[in-house]
Amino acid sequence: MSAKELWTRFAAWVNGEAAPAARFEKEYQPKHSPLFRRKPREVSTGQPKTYEVWFYRVSAVLASVALIGILLATVTRLPLHGTPGTPDQNEVAERYVEQGLEETGAVNLVSGMILDYRAFDTFGESCVLFLTAMSVFVLLWNDKHSLPPKLEAERKEDDIILAEEEMHLLRHAAHFLTPFILLFGIYVVVNGHLSPGGGFSGGIIIGSGLIFYATACGQKTVSRFFDRKAFYILNFICLAIYAGAKSYSFFLGANHMENPIPKGIPGAILSGGLILPLNICVGLVVACTMYAFYALFNKGDF
Amino acid sequence: MKEIASLLAQNHILAASVILFGIGFVNLLLQKNLIRKIIGLNIMDTAIFLLLTSFGYIEGRYAPILVSTTDPAQVEQYVNPIPTGLVLTGIVVSVSCTAFMLALTQRLYLRYHTLDIDAILMMVRKGGN
Repeated sequence: MSAKELWTRFAAWVNGEAAPAARFEKEYQPKHSPLFRRKPREVSTGQPKTYEVWFYRVSAVLASVALIGILLATVTRLPLHGTPGTPDQNEVAERYVEQGLEETGAVNLVSGMILDYRAFDTFGESCVLFLTAMSVFVLLWNDKHSLPPKLEAERKEDDIILAEEEMHLLRHAAHFLTPFILLFGIYVVVNGHLSPGGGFSGGIIIGSGLIFYATACGQKTVSRFFDRKAFYILNFICLAIYAGAKSYSFFLGANHMENPIPKGIPGAILSGGLILPLNICVGLVVACTMYAFYALFNKGDF
Repeated sequence: MKEIASLLAQNHILAASVILFGIGFVNLLLQKNLIRKIIGLNIMDTAIFLLLTSFGYIEGRYAPILVSTTDPAQVEQYVNPIPTGLVLTGIVVSVSCTAFMLALTQRLYLRYHTLDIDAILMMVRKGGN
């Protein structure tokens, strides 16, 4: 195979025009190697026998019951629920509670913990969310090569029905309620270091507000202000800001340098050092990802 | 036997989470429908979250959000914040896994027109599309 042929084949594969060729059929046919001379293992293609099915079911139930029994026996040895002085309440928790406000500036100790002491853990979580959105995108993108035409036709029919039907009550309710839902989500994100909530829960609220609006008014309405490009840009900016800011403060902290980021007065909105911007970044990533899941499962595009 | 029963009754939240875990495991093993398998896995996740949060709980103490910003905080005042943070991580990862599994299931359905795992395996072994 010449180099040019290879290149055209690769280019076609990148463009999604052809599968990566059936080169394995020719090159990997074993002729002289004794390793491959054996026939492939016989696999039964018929229905499994009745006694096999029942053996599997009974052994599965027995294994689960044994597992529950072992775990219940462990539970009887564990410390009682709700009692103080159990081994997991060690000096780490003590330090977080007693020094948390002074060291992180957050009134909500859980926020202070996940976005200051363990900030890189949370960064990993945001990256997991982004990667999952990308994988779902790869699997479900409404590409004309990958989906059967019947499904595409069905989705187009859905669009037409949604455009023609007069759902006054639902649409008016959506127009009225969506701003309040988004506002509440922003409130939860911004107050993450002061009250229960934070980036994850607030992001979920914003995302479900978007999903509600898309259900009532169609995804095209949402894609006027939030499309795929906005998704990429928002996610990239948020993750980059998170990584940069937290790397900077970890670098300063590890080298005993003075931290220029002010902690502020505890209890005020603008306090807690980096916790507020990081909460906003996490909230945006979560909201984008939730809406992306909905859009991809629903229409395969957004 | 009576002692064990009374211990389990006192630790009823942990016992319930363990039993939930077992129910999810049975679902994972016995259901043929892929969506039901995923639901079983989610039940197992929930059981783990219940177990972890109940480890952090201490009777009669406040949630770890400071009551006053001027007084120094006492350990005896608040519950343990660490399991809460761990559960937050767990929920995010569980949501991501569920979405990924459901996307794979949708692709499998589009290709094989069934959600039955046995039927799908049979078609794969026969070498058809």
